[in-house]
Amino acid sequence: MIRVRGLNKWFGEHHVLHDVDLDVARGEVVVVIGPSGSGKSTLCRCLNRLEAADSGEILVDGVPVPEEGRALARLRADVGMVFQNFNLFQHKTVLENVMLAPMKVRGVSRAEAERTAHELLARVGIAEQAGKQPARLSGGQQQRAAIARALAMRPKAMLFDEPTSALDPEMVGEVLDVMTGLAADGMTMVVVTHEMGFARRAADRVVFMDGGRIVETGEPNAFFDSPSTDRARDFLAKVLTH
Amino acid sequence: MSALLDHLPEFWQGLVVTLQMTAASFVGAAAVGLVIVAMRVGPVPVLRTVATVYVETLQNLPLLVLLVLAVFGLPEIGLKAGLTTTAIVVIALYEGAYIAEALRSGVNAISSGQGEAARALGLTFGQSLRHVVLPQALRTVVQPIGNIFIALTMNTSLAAAVGVVELTAAANRVNLLEAQPIPIFVGAGLAYAAVAACAGFVTGRLERRLAVAR
Repeated sequence: MIRVRGLNKWFGEHHVLHDVDLDVARGEVVVVIGPSGSGKSTLCRCLNRLEAADSGEILVDGVPVPEEGRALARLRADVGMVFQNFNLFQHKTVLENVMLAPMKVRGVSRAEAERTAHELLARVGIAEQAGKQPARLSGGQQQRAAIARALAMRPKAMLFDEPTSALDPEMVGEVLDVMTGLAADGMTMVVVTHEMGFARRAADRVVFMDGGRIVETGEPNAFFDSPSTDRARDFLAKVLTH
Repeated sequence: MSALLDHLPEFWQGLVVTLQMTAASFVGAAAVGLVIVAMRVGPVPVLRTVATVYVETLQNLPLLVLLVLAVFGLPEIGLKAGLTTTAIVVIALYEGAYIAEALRSGVNAISSGQGEAARALGLTFGQSLRHVVLPQALRTVVQPIGNIFIALTMNTSLAAAVGVVELTAAANRVNLLEAQPIPIFVGAGLAYAAVAACAGFVTGRLERRLAVAR
């Protein structure tokens, strides 16, 4: 579904992605972990070209990601994205947030967009919040609304860029539950996160990044129980002890 | 006082022209401002440059100079239009640069995540600007745009210098007959002040109504 080859990205002098190769099969859930600044968010943002890579190729569903314009917009319509800061449209209600893109991008009728939006909001457990402004919702509710908004486009794959990092601890669970449900339904997912429990529970494969490179990748139980590289062992020792 | 009351029809006529010019050039300026800001924050380098040059040029020239150049220069190159129409177009182009800058500060005030989220959903740059970024940007710049509206109202008086008989020119004509500048121009000033006060009232109402929880 997603195929990355030889991806390089610089921010000025800083080499943030270093010859990254990644394959995500249809229906696979890949969880990307690693220390801050390891390039995992940048990798995620390169996949739908919110960041332009400097070299290398990215194919989504066999098609190279277009550089710009309508072709790029069409690709993005098929790849959902969930952000750390939710990024719900502040001037629209939760329901309108979910309805906007299907109507404007897919040309879906208002009635149908509304029906789908209500279904999706019910699916993520916030049906009763539909008429509210995003700022009136808790962080966990906002993030679930953002997931519903992405799902409304019926994406082939979903990217999650640290979806729980901006949440109060007691709200992390409700968002992870929605994501676990999605994974169980067979959604192709790339999840950048610090939630090791989620990685162990929901991932088909864990990708460990450090210093802009993919250092280690493996099936979650094997990775967490016996990482094969020192850097991964080091990282896990730090995050799993507290 | 009688100097004022005896000539009410002339004043009224002038005020009507001022109001027409204000309305028409504000609508034009808003359209120009929207186009320029879309070019300026957009992804196409050529358009960004064109828009920047436009804003810098028009903001750095006095409106009076532009009016005189247009009124006397355009007929030279075969472009002929009525005086009032020419003045409206020039004022619209000039104030459009200011509106573009006000809108741009509004766009910059909106978190970049809003546009990213819109584009990540498959909206084109234009759609994300139109449905997500600009509606929010507009809400944050109601007050500055109200100020531009007031400045534009006052700036229509410069058209008097190129022969448009709006409120200031009408007052001037009456003064040539009556030679009582103080009551006559105080009267004209009050009329401008009334227009500005209405604009201030409307922007205040709009600002409260459009406020978005964040």
